[in-house]
Amino acid sequence: MQDFAQSFYLAGQLLISGDPELGEVVALSLRVTASALAISALIGLPLGALLAVARFQGRTALTVLANALMGLPPVVVGLTVYMLLSNAGPLGVLQLLYTPTAMIIAQSILITPIIIALTRQVIADLNAEYSETFRSLVVPGHTAIIALLWDARFSILTVLLAGFGRAIAEVGAVMIVGGNINHVTRVMTTAIALETSRGELALALALGMVLLLIALSVNGAVSLLKGVDRSTAHA
Amino acid sequence: MTFLKSMIAGALAFGLAAGANVMGAAADEFIVVQSTTSTQNSGLLDEILPKFQDKTGIEVRVVAVGTGQALKNAANGDGDVLLVHAKPSEEKFIADGNGVERFDVMYNDFVIVGPKNDPAGIKGMTDAPAAMAKIASSGALFASRGDDSGTHKKEKALWKMASVNPDEASGTWYRETGSGMGATLNAAAGMGAYTMSDRATWLAFQNKADLAVLTQGDDRLFNQYGVILVNPEKHPSVKAEAGQTFIDWLTGPEGQKGIASFQVNGEQLFFPNATSSVSN
Amino acid sequence: MPEILSFPTRTEHTPSKVPSPMPLSVRHLAFQAGHTSILKGVDLDLETDALTVLMGPNGAGKSVLLRLLHGLLAPSFGEVRWNGLPLDKSLRRQQALVFQKPVLLRRSVRANLSFALGLRPVPNRAEKLAHALATAGLEHLSKRQARVLSGGEQQRLALARALILDPKVLMLDEPTANLDPASTLFIEQAIASARRRGVKVILVTHDQHQARRLGEEVVFLHDGKITEHSDAESFFDSPKSAAARAYLSGDILV
Repeated sequence: MQDFAQSFYLAGQLLISGDPELGEVVALSLRVTASALAISALIGLPLGALLAVARFQGRTALTVLANALMGLPPVVVGLTVYMLLSNAGPLGVLQLLYTPTAMIIAQSILITPIIIALTRQVIADLNAEYSETFRSLVVPGHTAIIALLWDARFSILTVLLAGFGRAIAEVGAVMIVGGNINHVTRVMTTAIALETSRGELALALALGMVLLLIALSVNGAVSLLKGVDRSTAHA
Repeated sequence: MTFLKSMIAGALAFGLAAGANVMGAAADEFIVVQSTTSTQNSGLLDEILPKFQDKTGIEVRVVAVGTGQALKNAANGDGDVLLVHAKPSEEKFIADGNGVERFDVMYNDFVIVGPKNDPAGIKGMTDAPAAMAKIASSGALFASRGDDSGTHKKEKALWKMASVNPDEASGTWYRETGSGMGATLNAAAGMGAYTMSDRATWLAFQNKADLAVLTQGDDRLFNQYGVILVNPEKHPSVKAEAGQTFIDWLTGPEGQKGIASFQVNGEQLFFPNATSSVSN
Repeated sequence: MPEILSFPTRTEHTPSKVPSPMPLSVRHLAFQAGHTSILKGVDLDLETDALTVLMGPNGAGKSVLLRLLHGLLAPSFGEVRWNGLPLDKSLRRQQALVFQKPVLLRRSVRANLSFALGLRPVPNRAEKLAHALATAGLEHLSKRQARVLSGGEQQRLALARALILDPKVLMLDEPTANLDPASTLFIEQAIASARRRGVKVILVTHDQHQARRLGEEVVFLHDGKITEHSDAESFFDSPKSAAARAYLSGDILV
């Protein structure tokens, strides 16, 4: 298909020309997803670690719930957030619908279960190794959780990357709550959806390649940092 | 450890600052227009809205969805102005107290497109219901929006006139995509199916592949766009003044001229036909 | 001599003996894992200020007994009392346990020690840390990741971490089972040194030579029961139980 060749060409052109509209859309994508990731991490890391370490009634049920919610369809999240933020909904008074804040909320809801469930797994594995030693040393619960999160930091980074990937790539939720408004709430994925519906398939695919490039850069930067961190640790 | 720490701190600060920035950006005066995909996909709004903003300083934020969803969103008060193309639904919207008044803005028409080899043999027909009856009896594929949009409502009306109940054939030759006009055109191009599109989206559509206009020119394919201010009495958050300013401009000389002069590939896509912006 | 190394209470020339810290009393202790009975009613009193060696063939229940004494396992029946009190966190804070396979944090050598120090309100942290590094012979490796150390270095670090909080009781579960002779010697010297300072030591081992080198009294476990409890000399010279005799002569006991 000639579309592929054309897409590569267009993607290159978009990047080389430094298209300002593309820059705006990319910047908003990153801002929305980084904010959502920060919020999800603040909620999900402690909760996930708590699920891994603490013993309480309903822990298994919560774990199953978090695991199941990893498969939340973005459209359902978008619809739920829409109904909450709509002027006809309970939070309409906040006037957040069709703003980037609404998109951040939707993406946070979408990826917090992922952060919780994967963090729980990572921390449970490490805790299996540490728990006897921690009990012998009489390490208080919160100290243990912080120590586990810190010692599992490289795995936690991978967890955060999984959340980042899911958030930056989803279209269903941000389309509904953001409205894909030009210069206001248009991000990479909604721009791709728009160009697809215009029949501009090559341009849509080119934007997809740019999105992939962003994801690659973020992942590359993180693994580079991991390397730096490890090498200083060995110095 | 310092690299990792500073990176985490940086990411957090970046995320929070970004959130704050974004919230601060919503201060300028703007209205939200719930509109249909055809006005956006064709490029019409990109063309005329900057002119309005230059004149009034009011930013128009367009949420482009199917007419069904646009009506629903506006009925929830999520938007100040409604710009769609399904007159009976629009009148019901006002009767329900959701809108103030409806004004004609512009029109174009629907066309029936299909594969160039035309297995149902409808090329050149000017009787749209007859052409659709022929598609049905030939068993050729037909891609329907199936999304309760203005175009879908029009399509269903035409099936009725043709005395065909396509729901019985759903999944066989009648394929409901449940998505926008562009996505449905993409599907029709992929399947080699017939479909019905508004002319504006069709002309601006870039992935025509083997599709061509086969039936057009029937009065019953007329496609009227209307504009409505969402009722501020029912939805206090509606920016009535700015919304009305936009409606007045769109139905006034400048807006109408902007619509008339918008062309794609040398073809005019929309024909202004506002009678008056003064309520009667 | 640098100031750091001249700890009055820590140098081997001036050992300051703390009196026998915590008499231990165990009554009717039983432990079951599923349907398997691992300990079958153990009674034990350790009142003397001595280095106690827990010996016995594999599967006799030595490691389980040690974990029960430290409170890492809860008994199925019976109880463990230190100083006449049931085990709780404050008692466990005065004890330390070194595992056969050292569990170290994924951090530097120094951070492993400072993590332990951070758990209690300890004065003179910097000096304690420096002293612990020096005693363990790990000063030059203090910034190294603990996980990349050799097995012997890891166990030295684990022992240093156990001792840095000045426990009254030090328990060790086959601490040298996987180590080379040089590392074994280093660990044994550190244990002996702690012992000289008056720390109560309970050592699980199935290495008879180690038991002879370090042990002051021996508790012999066989098949979930204590078959012999005597001072080391008489245990090794004239074991009373048939099981201990067979074990010492190299027979395989099941």
